[in-house]
Amino acid sequence: MAEERRPAFVVVGKNERKVDGVALVTGKPKFAGDLDLPGTLCVKILHSPHAHARIVEIDASEAEGLPGVACVLTHQNTPLTRYTTAGQGYPEPSPYDARMFDTKVRFVGDRVAAVAAETEEIALEALKKIRVRYEELPAILSVDGALAAGAPIIHDEKDSPGIYDAAKNIAADVDIDVGDVAQGFAESDVIVETVCETQYAQHAPIEPHVVLTNLDEDGRLVIRSSTQVPFHVRRIVARVLDVPLHRIRVIKPRIGGGFGVKQEVLLEDLAALVTLRTGRPALVVLSRQEEFIASRTRHPMRIRVKLGARSDGALHALEMEVLSNTGAYGTHALTVLSNVGSKTLPIYNKAKNVHFFGKAVYTNLPVAGAYRGYGATQGYFALETAMDELADGLGMDPLKLRRRNAIRVGESSPIFEKLGEGREGVAQTVKSCGLERAIELGAARIGWEEKRGKRPRQGSRVRGVGMSIHMQGSGIPQIDMAAATVKMNEDGSFNLLIGATDLGTGSDTILAQIAAEILGVPVSKVIVTSSDTDVTPFDTGAYASSTTYVSGKAVERAALAVREQIVQVAAAMLADDGGNLDEARFVLKNERAVAPNGRGVTLAEICQRAMYQTGQFQIAATASFVPDESPPPFMASFAEVEVDTETGRVQVLEYVAAVDCGVAINPKMAEGQVEGSVANGIGFALTEEMLFSSKGRVRNPTLFDYKILGARDVPPIEVILVPSFEPTGPVGAKSVGEIGINGPIPTIANAIHDAVGIRLTKTPFTPERVLDALRARRPG
Amino acid sequence: MKISLTVNGAQRAFDVHPGDTLLEVLRREGYKGVKKGCGAGDCGACAVLLDGRAVNSCLVLAGKADGSEVLTIEGLSKDGALHPLQEAFLDEGAVQCGYCTPGMIIASLDLLTHHPDPNEEEIREGIAGNLCRCTGYTKELRAIQAAAEKMREARHG
Ligand code: FES
Ligand code: FES
Repeated sequence: MAEERRPAFVVVGKNERKVDGVALVTGKPKFAGDLDLPGTLCVKILHSPHAHARIVEIDASEAEGLPGVACVLTHQNTPLTRYTTAGQGYPEPSPYDARMFDTKVRFVGDRVAAVAAETEEIALEALKKIRVRYEELPAILSVDGALAAGAPIIHDEKDSPGIYDAAKNIAADVDIDVGDVAQGFAESDVIVETVCETQYAQHAPIEPHVVLTNLDEDGRLVIRSSTQVPFHVRRIVARVLDVPLHRIRVIKPRIGGGFGVKQEVLLEDLAALVTLRTGRPALVVLSRQEEFIASRTRHPMRIRVKLGARSDGALHALEMEVLSNTGAYGTHALTVLSNVGSKTLPIYNKAKNVHFFGKAVYTNLPVAGAYRGYGATQGYFALETAMDELADGLGMDPLKLRRRNAIRVGESSPIFEKLGEGREGVAQTVKSCGLERAIELGAARIGWEEKRGKRPRQGSRVRGVGMSIHMQGSGIPQIDMAAATVKMNEDGSFNLLIGATDLGTGSDTILAQIAAEILGVPVSKVIVTSSDTDVTPFDTGAYASSTTYVSGKAVERAALAVREQIVQVAAAMLADDGGNLDEARFVLKNERAVAPNGRGVTLAEICQRAMYQTGQFQIAATASFVPDESPPPFMASFAEVEVDTETGRVQVLEYVAAVDCGVAINPKMAEGQVEGSVANGIGFALTEEMLFSSKGRVRNPTLFDYKILGARDVPPIEVILVPSFEPTGPVGAKSVGEIGINGPIPTIANAIHDAVGIRLTKTPFTPERVLDALRARRPG
Repeated sequence: MKISLTVNGAQRAFDVHPGDTLLEVLRREGYKGVKKGCGAGDCGACAVLLDGRAVNSCLVLAGKADGSEVLTIEGLSKDGALHPLQEAFLDEGAVQCGYCTPGMIIASLDLLTHHPDPNEEEIREGIAGNLCRCTGYTKELRAIQAAAEKMREARHG
């Protein structure tokens, strides 16, 4: 078994406290909005009241004349450079269809102008004094409307490169084929087809977006941002504002959650331009309402899945068609669309005939972007619903059907190669896979055998169990890159400098654990500095489940290189001693380097010698990593639900997620990633939905009306970490940040079906929808 | 107008505008551990103890708090020693981004002060107004239970 290859770890696998934990629990000012700089201007944004309109005239003179207003920004006095706010690797696979301020607004909430003033009150007052004359245009508020013949064109500008077909409102298009799907269906004994639809949903990190900018003593622009992608921020702001990149420093302090919404360069340009124009610090913080109307959302999708199987349950043909709503701008349109297939289809690699195709279309609704799960969440709803229907059609246990068709160690899927991040992917074989075991453990924990199909009823309430299986990736192969520097100090401690971006995920801690493991020291001897473009080496950022695997590998390499230097010095120090000094067989443990003969020196002594005494040099190394593959973590998820057939209310009684993330470097943190993403996923499944007026305005832009789950709403979530060892990963690890969120929607949908026999195909599963489906099922 | 508050044991006087919320005043005066997540009473990130009870400071006008006693997260650890709740939140992995944590710990403190031995339902109820988007609450529940136990032991000595 794979676990046998797992070496004995000292620090890895331990529930170390977060390295930034004490500061967080004592309320230290660690977040971007916590820093007071004297003379800071408050920046406020004027948002479009119209879903689609041309700005005919803007008159900001009155606002500019208001005492206390430092500057007003509009399309008349800002760069017109086209760019994408998507914080992706360069060149970004998203269309350059946005400007800081445009002459057209494309959704209610789009930027029209911004004011910087001495106080928030003055800034808000000034916003009211900006006179804007709009020419309203017909608005498109649905994907079908966007594709209808003669539909208004949302991006009718001529200078936006990267749009697939602007005249048809299509931001992106994907179409890949494996084998012959028509033939495949013709040869299938059982065929099922299902169409599932997902809603507009918002990330709702508890900390809103916040950016603070200032000029340092040397006149360089410093941007402190709640961002997942500091290096992309630096690059994009430099380009948009036409400032030399070396004049910008981006710092990510602690940030209050991201989940993808902070993978956008949403505000940095505004604050930066205010600072450049006025020479003064500038602070921009989105209000909760602005988070809802003007930040980013998950891509709502309609997905059709058709499956064909032989009578023995072997999947033979698989077709997936996606219609994705990217909203007013195409950030992540192509890549999220691709991931609907690339992160789902390989799990059923036995199907030899596969067709995946789809479009992402523009609408005059809020802008969709990256969101934990990144398309896979939507894809699995349709795929795993269809799989349950197929099991029904075959008269087979859903669990057995999935086992029969799921990918295993040593196997591959042509999808890995065909479908990448908006381009071709990278071929890979799966080298670690605990899926089979996850299904087994999860089924036992939920009581699958005892509960499935039993439909126990109490009054109007009926119970059922459901399950689904999932994979994700670990970073973007041959695109992502991370680097790390390890540098030794003469007390035997180390600085670990990483571009990697801790969003609260604990990456600073687990990366320190990797370094500590290799260097034979406790975590307290590793001083982590992360996410500062002046100080830390490059990293593409925290997205695509990349940090543990990609950044972790860079840390592992840097630590191994430093280890080698340490051993060389130690060998020289012990040379007088004779004995076996085979450097390859030195061990670093308990803050000592120990030779094969058992003699050792402390790390402090080693560094003191290297710094002050003989053959002086700095023990340090920088290493990079670009992955050649993206090993998937796997998950089997199970839920028991209770459906009230009178009220339509669905209650999740228990949720079980059995996850294979390779070696869990910090098990509690890994569990925490799954618990949090499952809770978010249950919210998607049951309560969360952005609602719109007939004019495209968000009707529920508050945490009161947009219901994310609180402590009373979350069921017991049991996370089972299934042991496996990923040979290509740092200390055997894979990713764990996203996968959990893919589970709840299909798992709960399948459990509802087990309980009351209805198929819900539209999220969230509100009481109304449940009752409608129950009524539709009853004849008469 | 001028108000006086006892913040974390220290007597303070603040100049405030009539419309200022307690949240705004506290943050302005350097108590940055008090967080703003919504400004509307929906998230609990801004929770502080006001005369011993947890309130959302974004809903309290500073003027109304005149003469009161306020405890923020900054006042919880004594002489560098963490409070059992802080310890437990760290040990159980209940802190991810940490943005909800100050409010969550303050709400838990209120709960445990009035309910030294709560069951799981009561804990869920006690932190129902504190939204966390990172964790799913499982680890908070455990942390609060663990802290409750330690605090009871300390009390009975
Ligand atoms: S900021 Fe006070 S409750 Fe959200
Ligand atoms: S830990 Fe991030 S919101 Fe609670």
